[in-house]
Amino acid sequence: MDFSYTILIPLIPLALFLVLGIFSKKITPAISGWLGSLGLGSSFVLSLYTAYHYFLKGKVNDVYQTFIYKDTWIIFTDKLHIDMGVLIDPISVMMLVVVSTVSFMVHLYSIGYMKGDDGFTRFFAYLSLFSFSMFGLVLATNLFQMYIFWELVGVSSYLLIGYYYTKPSAVAAGKKAFIVTRFADLGFLLGILILSYYTGTFDFDLLTNPEGSIITNGVASSFMGLSVLTWAILLIFIGGAGKSAMFPLHIWLPDAMEGPTPVSALIHAATMVVAGVYLVARMFPLYYFLDNGFALDVVAYVGAFSALFAAIIAVTQTDIKRVLAFSTMSQIGYMMLALGVSKYEGHDGLGFMASMFHLFTHAMFKGLLFLAAGSVIHAVHSNYLKDMGGLRKYMPITNIVFLIAALSIAGFPGFAGFFSKDEILVAAFESNMLLYVIGVFVAGLTAFYMFRLYFGIFWGKETKFEHAPHESPLSMTIPMLFLAFMSIAGGYIHFSEYVTADHQSFEAHLNYPLAAITVGVGLIGIIIAYVLYKKETSIPLKLSNSFGSFYKWTYDKFYIDEIYLFVTKKIIFGLIAAPAAWFDKHIVDASMIGIGNATASLSNRIKGMQSGKFQDYAMSFIGGGVVIAMIIFYIWIN
Amino acid sequence: MIEGISIYEILTLTSILFFIGVYGFFTRENLITILMSIELILNAAAVNFVIINTYLFPDFLQGAIFSIFIIALAAAETALAIAIIINLYKLVTSVEVRDTETMKH
Repeated sequence: MDFSYTILIPLIPLALFLVLGIFSKKITPAISGWLGSLGLGSSFVLSLYTAYHYFLKGKVNDVYQTFIYKDTWIIFTDKLHIDMGVLIDPISVMMLVVVSTVSFMVHLYSIGYMKGDDGFTRFFAYLSLFSFSMFGLVLATNLFQMYIFWELVGVSSYLLIGYYYTKPSAVAAGKKAFIVTRFADLGFLLGILILSYYTGTFDFDLLTNPEGSIITNGVASSFMGLSVLTWAILLIFIGGAGKSAMFPLHIWLPDAMEGPTPVSALIHAATMVVAGVYLVARMFPLYYFLDNGFALDVVAYVGAFSALFAAIIAVTQTDIKRVLAFSTMSQIGYMMLALGVSKYEGHDGLGFMASMFHLFTHAMFKGLLFLAAGSVIHAVHSNYLKDMGGLRKYMPITNIVFLIAALSIAGFPGFAGFFSKDEILVAAFESNMLLYVIGVFVAGLTAFYMFRLYFGIFWGKETKFEHAPHESPLSMTIPMLFLAFMSIAGGYIHFSEYVTADHQSFEAHLNYPLAAITVGVGLIGIIIAYVLYKKETSIPLKLSNSFGSFYKWTYDKFYIDEIYLFVTKKIIFGLIAAPAAWFDKHIVDASMIGIGNATASLSNRIKGMQSGKFQDYAMSFIGGGVVIAMIIFYIWIN
Repeated sequence: MIEGISIYEILTLTSILFFIGVYGFFTRENLITILMSIELILNAAAVNFVIINTYLFPDFLQGAIFSIFIIALAAAETALAIAIIINLYKLVTSVEVRDTETMKH
């Protein structure tokens, strides 16, 4: 079997980025939109073909094989070198499908959504750049290649968040996203350096081979009671947590909603933010086998806490995109939780499979939620719930797809989210009761805030609009309908046959009692939302007042941003940077300026010696010559 | 080789010539006379070349040839200097050194 053609999947968007970027002034918007979509469409078809090819024929002795095609790029030593290439295994193929599907849909959607925008071609060029980077990240054969593409997705995310660069808030949000993730990536880089120093390789197939010497023998060195390799993968997880907006590195994600809505759907819901999950999944054997899975426990608890934390905040937010952003953070926390409770072999690897399954279904329904929210925003020109209400009459298709996505994320039986969430909770139940309870509680909260949003937008008060909102054009509704289809159908894929930790299929069944609990909790959430928000009532206001300061705290996102500001402004700037700047200005610079000033004033004093009479100069010349001659003569006779 | 006159006497003469030139160069106020002083310095050097060649290395001719170089150089230099002085005269209607003091800081 030959999968080397998969290299085309990232290269097509790269070529498009170059074409659209270089000729952005010459290509008319109509052409650039379709060109971008065509390119991504071909990547999409190739990805589907790869998936078909791989999952049907990639098995040898019931184990999915790993295919690697690579070239050596930079050589450090005989053993340690950086390669560039593609790695085909179940999770990378699955990610290819996720990324290309959502990216293709977002491209199509953007043709309608961004219509008439000044930077239309630029927008598509950035989208292509992002797709290229994301495909490269997914297909990376080694940590270093992944790191390169990791930074590239960071850059494209920065460019797209700050797409409306005339808006100061968008610029600030772009900077914030870039700096926070960069800060996290420092951990990633340190982790890579430590790991490669002790193991002598970057390659995933050597690092994550459960029978390989790295996992079975480990490394003798330890630091503070843990193997250095565990520290390395914890540092790498910091990078993953930064990209995946895990607490406490999540602060950039809500602000990133300043970008155009298709960007939020593609980057900040479906693909880039799950890169952290993908990273942990990619290195899963290391996380699982080193130090009895200490690092994996960290992943699980960070994930569970983020899921809970974000879900609570999402309940109170009024900007619909921010609700979705916190929801994304919460769902990614779920995936991390699932990875964290997973084991390696056979049915015990349920968590791993569930995490990947949820990644897949989440990409579909969360992408859809964002696209639908974009459609709403497109119609009413506002992000805020207070400007919406009763939209079901004006936007029937958006209404239906939003409902499907909301039911899916709430875990309503029969929808995709139900299946993946159920697997996650089963995995959590089998390993850790506390995490399971958190998971169920978050499931209820998710159902509640999602239907608060749904009823708030499409039902609730009958808002009077100056211009009656209208349904979005076909180029926007068709991608939404496709994703709506996937939000239901995605759940019926038997993931346990395809994507597992040890590349072997196992049978996963619904656990009916547990599923019933989850569904019950979800239904309670939906019913509460129905009672509170179906018709406009004063109950929500009273409720929020009765919670008092807790509501205020939640509404202000537990002041994490303010804590960051305090730490950066007051402590880092005030106590470290400002004195350093003072030292630089008054000591380092001042000494240099002092030398300059002294020279200038000295030369001011002695410039009177320059009389303009050349005879004086000749006198000095001869005098100097005589003095030098006398000195030489004196030395000579001694 | 001149009968009855040793090299020392001639070198003394050229030294005197040289220092008259230097003295004139420092003290004269008129650019033309300064130029003449420079000529004296150059000629002292040229005579030195010839004398040393004749007295010490009679079999060679380099010193004599070099003195011819110096004469050519002096001629060229004088032509240039005169040109400058004429232009200066057009500018300030004077060839006195004190009228050319503006060429400073």
